Amino acid sequence: MAAIVKMQNIVKRFPGVLANDDISIEVEEGEILCLLGENGAGKSTLMNILYGLYHYDKGEIFIKGEKTTFSGPGDAIDKGIGMVHQHFMLVPVFTVLENLILGSEKVKGLSLDLNSSKKELEAISDKYGLEIQLDAQVSDISVGMQQRVEILKLLYRGADIMIFDEPTAILTPQEIEELYKVMQSLRLLGKTIIFITHKLKEVKEISDRVIVLRDGKLIETIDTESTSIRELARMMVGREVLFRTEKPEVETGREILNVKNISALNKRGLPALKGLSLNVHEGEIVGIAGVDGNGQTELVEVLTGLRKISSGIITIDGKDMVNKSSGQFLDAGTAHIPEDRLLRGLILDFPIYENLLLGFEDKAPFAKGLFLDFNKVRSWAEELVKNFNIKTPGVNVNAGTMSGGNQQKAVLAREFQRNPKVLIASQPTRGLDVGAIEFVHERIMDAKKEHKAILLVSLELSEIMNLSDRILVIYEGEIVAEFNYGEVTETEIGLMMAGGEDK
Amino acid sequence: MELLIKLFSITVFASTLRIATPVILASLGGCMSERSGVINIGLEGMMLMGAFSAVVGSWFFGAWTGLLLGVLTGGLMGLLHAFMSVTLKANQIISATAINIMAVGLPNILIPVIWENHYGISPTVPVIADINLPLISSIPIIGDIIGHQNPIVYIALLLVPLISFLLFKTKLGLRIRAVGEHPLAADTLGINVYRMRYIAVTISGLLAGLGGAFLSIAYQSQFSSAMTAGRGFIGLAAMIFGRWSPKGALLACLLFGFADAFQASAQSAGVPIPPEIMLSFPYVLTLVALVGLFGKIALSPAANGKPYYKG
Amino acid sequence: MKKNFLYSTFIDNDSVFAFIKAILGVFFAFFVVYFILLATGYKPLPVFAALFKGAFGSRRGFGETLLSTTPLLLGGLGFAVAYRCGLFNIGLEGQITMGGIAAAFFGFIIPEINPVIHVFICIIAGIVAGGIWGFIPGYLKAKFGVHEVISVIMLNHIAFKIAAYLVSMQGPMKDKLDDMPASPFISDSAKIIRIMDRTRLHWGIFLAVGVAVLIWLLLFRMRLGYKIRAVGKNPFAAEASGISIKKHIVLTLAISGALGGLAGAVEILGVHYRLFAAFSPGYGFDAIAVALLGMVNPLGIIASAFLFGILRSGSVFMQAMYGVNKDMVSVITAIIVLFMGMSVPIGIMLKNRIKRNSNGTVD
Repeated sequence: MAAIVKMQNIVKRFPGVLANDDISIEVEEGEILCLLGENGAGKSTLMNILYGLYHYDKGEIFIKGEKTTFSGPGDAIDKGIGMVHQHFMLVPVFTVLENLILGSEKVKGLSLDLNSSKKELEAISDKYGLEIQLDAQVSDISVGMQQRVEILKLLYRGADIMIFDEPTAILTPQEIEELYKVMQSLRLLGKTIIFITHKLKEVKEISDRVIVLRDGKLIETIDTESTSIRELARMMVGREVLFRTEKPEVETGREILNVKNISALNKRGLPALKGLSLNVHEGEIVGIAGVDGNGQTELVEVLTGLRKISSGIITIDGKDMVNKSSGQFLDAGTAHIPEDRLLRGLILDFPIYENLLLGFEDKAPFAKGLFLDFNKVRSWAEELVKNFNIKTPGVNVNAGTMSGGNQQKAVLAREFQRNPKVLIASQPTRGLDVGAIEFVHERIMDAKKEHKAILLVSLELSEIMNLSDRILVIYEGEIVAEFNYGEVTETEIGLMMAGGEDK
Repeated sequence: MELLIKLFSITVFASTLRIATPVILASLGGCMSERSGVINIGLEGMMLMGAFSAVVGSWFFGAWTGLLLGVLTGGLMGLLHAFMSVTLKANQIISATAINIMAVGLPNILIPVIWENHYGISPTVPVIADINLPLISSIPIIGDIIGHQNPIVYIALLLVPLISFLLFKTKLGLRIRAVGEHPLAADTLGINVYRMRYIAVTISGLLAGLGGAFLSIAYQSQFSSAMTAGRGFIGLAAMIFGRWSPKGALLACLLFGFADAFQASAQSAGVPIPPEIMLSFPYVLTLVALVGLFGKIALSPAANGKPYYKG
Repeated sequence: MKKNFLYSTFIDNDSVFAFIKAILGVFFAFFVVYFILLATGYKPLPVFAALFKGAFGSRRGFGETLLSTTPLLLGGLGFAVAYRCGLFNIGLEGQITMGGIAAAFFGFIIPEINPVIHVFICIIAGIVAGGIWGFIPGYLKAKFGVHEVISVIMLNHIAFKIAAYLVSMQGPMKDKLDDMPASPFISDSAKIIRIMDRTRLHWGIFLAVGVAVLIWLLLFRMRLGYKIRAVGKNPFAAEASGISIKKHIVLTLAISGALGGLAGAVEILGVHYRLFAAFSPGYGFDAIAVALLGMVNPLGIIASAFLFGILRSGSVFMQAMYGVNKDMVSVITAIIVLFMGMSVPIGIMLKNRIKRNSNGTVD
């Protein structure tokens, strides 16, 4: 088979990072090719270059044998390249139809010709068996349907080279199966598929060939059949990887966090939590599994004083915490690893020592009357940097200049410093590489050993299953199932994540 | 009772339209710009520069050329704001504030250069005359209110559905709104984010320029320093009140226009409230109107105010 | 590693770029104005010379320079405090007006008393009035989500109308013995003492510099300032760490307005001795440029307020000498604001330049 895509000696530099270092790849027509690598390995960058979204500093690209330069995604689309991005590229306030036609609109006179586009789209979605409501607003449809919209977007534009950037991250195991089927049928219809992932299991399940990237460099190109998960892992990380964190045996103590029948609205004013209840004991890790957007964000905000509830009870160590402020939650013994460290966790334009000070500014020994003792803050920060192995040239460096892993370590350092009774960890390993993930998991286990109560919210099902003593499944703002560690399979949880057996 | 009749006379409604016109144009400008994701508090300065250029044009070449010049100057100011905020990614509020400051100073420098011995105020120039709408003006009451008005009043009223059509029914409008909501998504579909924002902000400036020209060569017949008196900002408030939609903004503008017309008629009817206090009525009303939005979810375009960086 | 450390602690420190950028901004502004002058038929260099001669050439001129530096400095500090909290207070002109009204009122209503006490009362009155005029938009933003830029503009106009009304023919603060639309003169004990013979310069300049140091301490050494900056840089992270966004928005705008009120009070008590409608010639708007040029750092603002003081006082002489309208200064102001607004591209340009030099060639 001929190489439909050839990228040669691609170099892409971001300020301070060499994202792609002289990478050459070939993609064969009609294959499913996996691009494997850790977060930050450069795989999304490489594909964004192929899609014309990023300009590259060096190298050449050949599509169907023809040397090509893209000035933007429009050119790539014209060449038959399409991409489903990790974060969906959909305008939430537009209808599905408007999203689908955007950039390829049909017009009648001066105005948009929505009807003829609609007919055409209905024909395509029927052909590929994609069930889509064209008139719904994107913000109202499920994540699974949003992904189908993204795929339809590609088909509508006549793409025959389709790039999927970590498409499974937000799906339930059943939806992942569905996606695999769609991808297989696309291949049968002659499409070429490039699949970006950091999950080894997926590589084995779906791909014909694998290309492994690490630290912006090409490590290996290999047929999937002739390799093993263990070997792939070693190539991806660059060393042997332990697949399971040691889980310490800890006696659970008294109940610390108690949540009963809470209801709350999301930021659009719609019900997000509907009579949810849960509790967490000392020395216990309770994991919340669920598909993104089922109330996890709101639950964490409610439990850290960042969102008001309309009814229900929240107590921490017996103390009533209903609609208390975020400061009062901290005082009551909560620590919070936010789901988005860049949004809630850190002030990127502040130096590290000022970031570590957040929440301690009114406390001894830093507060001195109206003033702050910044010398004390700095030396304390230096100590934390050492203890948490945060790699930085100094505590005066702005947090925004550090890598994701080191940023997360800084958040962890600060939050553990609060000596909390309960730790609310929301997606604590999102976007981190394997080394940093191990670090975070170890620290969470340390906290368990210190008899902290821990609520772990994560979209990574394997993380929930490995760390949690109890697993609660959240669906549409309610806890729909509860399992103990080791008593459940991924499939069973996945079924509950999608709303239970009846679905 | 007699007082009430005086206060709510037909002239009040007719002047409501006239007073609302520049505010309508400013709010339409606001809709264009902010729907594309660029905050435009520079409408005030764009109007002022438009008003000044219109007077200059009218002085030398006649009223209609003045109008054209005023509109184009507004567009030029829009282009400047687009360059600052889209290409250079300046803080959009700072960029617009600079335009507002410049618009106060520049005319004052140029007035004595153009007209000797004039300071801060231009001589009287030819104006665009009011017209009679043939059929409508003969209808009782309605004819008295809308039958005899300035052409720019009619243009402004026509522009409301036109801009609405542009934003919500055309290809360009769909793309402009996409860029204001999720520029990266638009970019991934081959839409040139920068170009869309340039177009939208420049149109925004053209509209503001038209509003300014109306003030100086239709509503009045000369330019005076800072004559816009906050109308650009009131237009912006009307846009927010109308939730970034031209039709909603129109209603808010008419409300403000009425408040202003009402205070003027109350003054001439001899209502015993000091004129300075009456004059502050539209500003107070604007504040109250914005407070009245409380609790309703009036979300602005999601990417409003955020520069877009290409990879 | 060594180089890296140096780079991050010294070069990456914003102050170096800030300084270079500010200097560039001033040069750029004069560069543009040079061509505007040329285009409008003036000889630019003598006009610029007159500008500086007016500001420094005489005792009186220098006094006037420092005299206008005073309200510009206080106003610039007001803008800076709000800006550090992510707020854009272009309502300082209104807050200055309200401060002036309050100071004038207590200045003439109280007869001659101990001057220290009298000045103190008037200044506090000005601070409170300006503070209230800053509190209102803060409250409206915190409670109702009203964008401060729009509310302060409305409050500006309302303040101007109030001032105009108070000294209008039937206004309650009008001096009945005088045809001028102005209030009675304040008592002698309410006047701030002058410090330089044959000039109007008064103690207010020292007060303003003192306040600048105080605001620096507030922002960079005090708990409140730390929280204000945290809310300004990332309100969501601040909130997650227990810092109330709303409380600090209201408080900061009140402080910002209070500084404006103080500027207004000092202007009335030290310069005009009575209230008239438009007693501030746009100090509140210049304050934006002052603060931005001073890189919203109180110490930088002392320098930039002085520069704008030069422009203000020199422009009078410039107009008298060459007939260039003194509003030329507002064009310089606008261009400086534009330039300072282009922080991203200029910052990146400067940093890349220095990075390249310190790292050798890129390839």
